[in-house]
Amino acid sequence: MALHRCAVVGVGQTNHTACRGDVSIAGLVREAVDRALLDANMTLADIDAIVIGKAPDMLEGVMMPELWLTDSLAASGKPLFRVHTAGSVGGSTAIVAAQHVMSGLHKRVLTIAFEKQSDGNAMWALSVPLPFSMPVHAGAGGYFSPIVRSYIRRSGAPSHIGAMVAVKDRTNALKNPYAHLHEDHWTLEKAMESPMLWDPIRFVETCPSSDGAIALVLASEDVADKMPGKKAWVHSTAMRSEPTMFAGRNQVSPRAGEMCAEDVFRKAGITDPLKQIDAVEMYVPFSWFEPMWLENLGFAPKDQGWRFVEDGVTEMTGALPVNASGGVLSSNPIGASGMLRFGEAALQVMGKAGEHQIDGARTALGHAYGGGSQFFAMWVVGSEKN
Amino acid sequence: MADDILRIRTPIGIDYTWSSGPGSVVYMRGLENGKLIGRRCPDCELVYFPPRNGICPRCGVLLAAEVEVGPRGTITTFCVVNVPFLGQTIKIPYVAATILLDGADIGMQHLIQECEAADVRMGMRVEPVWKDKSEWTPSLENILYYKPTGEPDADFDVYARHL
Ligand SMILES: [Zn+2]
Repeated sequence: MALHRCAVVGVGQTNHTACRGDVSIAGLVREAVDRALLDANMTLADIDAIVIGKAPDMLEGVMMPELWLTDSLAASGKPLFRVHTAGSVGGSTAIVAAQHVMSGLHKRVLTIAFEKQSDGNAMWALSVPLPFSMPVHAGAGGYFSPIVRSYIRRSGAPSHIGAMVAVKDRTNALKNPYAHLHEDHWTLEKAMESPMLWDPIRFVETCPSSDGAIALVLASEDVADKMPGKKAWVHSTAMRSEPTMFAGRNQVSPRAGEMCAEDVFRKAGITDPLKQIDAVEMYVPFSWFEPMWLENLGFAPKDQGWRFVEDGVTEMTGALPVNASGGVLSSNPIGASGMLRFGEAALQVMGKAGEHQIDGARTALGHAYGGGSQFFAMWVVGSEKN
Repeated sequence: MADDILRIRTPIGIDYTWSSGPGSVVYMRGLENGKLIGRRCPDCELVYFPPRNGICPRCGVLLAAEVEVGPRGTITTFCVVNVPFLGQTIKIPYVAATILLDGADIGMQHLIQECEAADVRMGMRVEPVWKDKSEWTPSLENILYYKPTGEPDADFDVYARHL
């Protein structure tokens, strides 16, 4: 069955910050929704269906917030459902919303992802001991740091690569008014002195804890064609998963991620991603994941991703700008972070990224991963119809 | 005054019952008796410790033969934890290591002590230090920590496929 075309016609996000004590989850979500609808020149009454996503409920301690949000999203009489794939959820939620349009079932779909980390304690929620195991686990950093160590050992990367990525993303964030962290004092030397939190991961190389939300309005081709504004056409989407633990698993470069990238590029007709992709919004909660995902996604050869970083390839002025928005390292409302990558990729090809716009970006990749690198979600968007 | 209150903190808790299932029960009974028991997949022949869920995640079949693993093992990779957090039970800094027990095909997580964090290495050979037998329960916490054996480090190639 041929898929129908789908375009992003509205993008709205909150200003991401450590604590939005002035609003509830519903208020935070509604803020992003109102901005996306304004961008699309629509109202909630125009929307046919709503797809919502957030990371584990343990992060805020609010179970099934989608039940509570039906009224604040004016979902009465409309289909609303929630997607969950841990940290990649923002990406997979956008994909499910796009499928609502690509299937031909709906013409105007609103999709939303959020996290209000200040309402809970994510570090605690991600460190709950497994019964009858040794309670050594220490949050997401504790999980990913040994994998980073494996990457460094396997690739022979010098220890300043992680700091380089951190400085790049924090500097890019200065051009993004919505970013949580606006820190203009980072140099490579200073970053190298940042304390080791989860050795080999330094403090500066970790993402912040953020409150934030993002909403996208997706439209069918006939609806989008009648709209005067700029659009991002969804050229392809892909999702893959694999178990977190199995014997012989490549934890540095999971097979599911490689398969997902192969699929999303193939469906978008991309044969040389490094040449054909103009901007990447990649899910990098710990800076070392930039070189690791460059390899996993097929942009760089195995064990060579760090050389791209060292050579400035992923800088805003480089051949493959990665996270011009400042990325997850500068804003991490966990459930929203994947959709922020997808939305920022859309903004790039719409030419609406403001100060962090990559000149002439026509094709962009949005990437998200979640769990113990077990869920992957990606989309390729373009300024022209696919 | 009540108008000024924007947020309140209300801690929640959950009590639950753990059902071990056929895979974990072997592992837990073993630990009660000071043994590390894994299970082998009949299809790919790889040994899982712990044999969580009792199923091979690659093959989707029930794990079968019981296999005693360890007690020694090799550190494949590790994290030096310097972060304090709510609910933490181990004093920082501590080394959380992935240990590939001899005879197992997947690493498990444990603590490394009797060694400075800066001296812990990938490939380092380690052995368990058990609690007093009177304190044993069906838990991996029967092992207080792992310590270096003093043997030469394992070659990278030996454990590279477990990273
Ligand atoms: Zn098997």
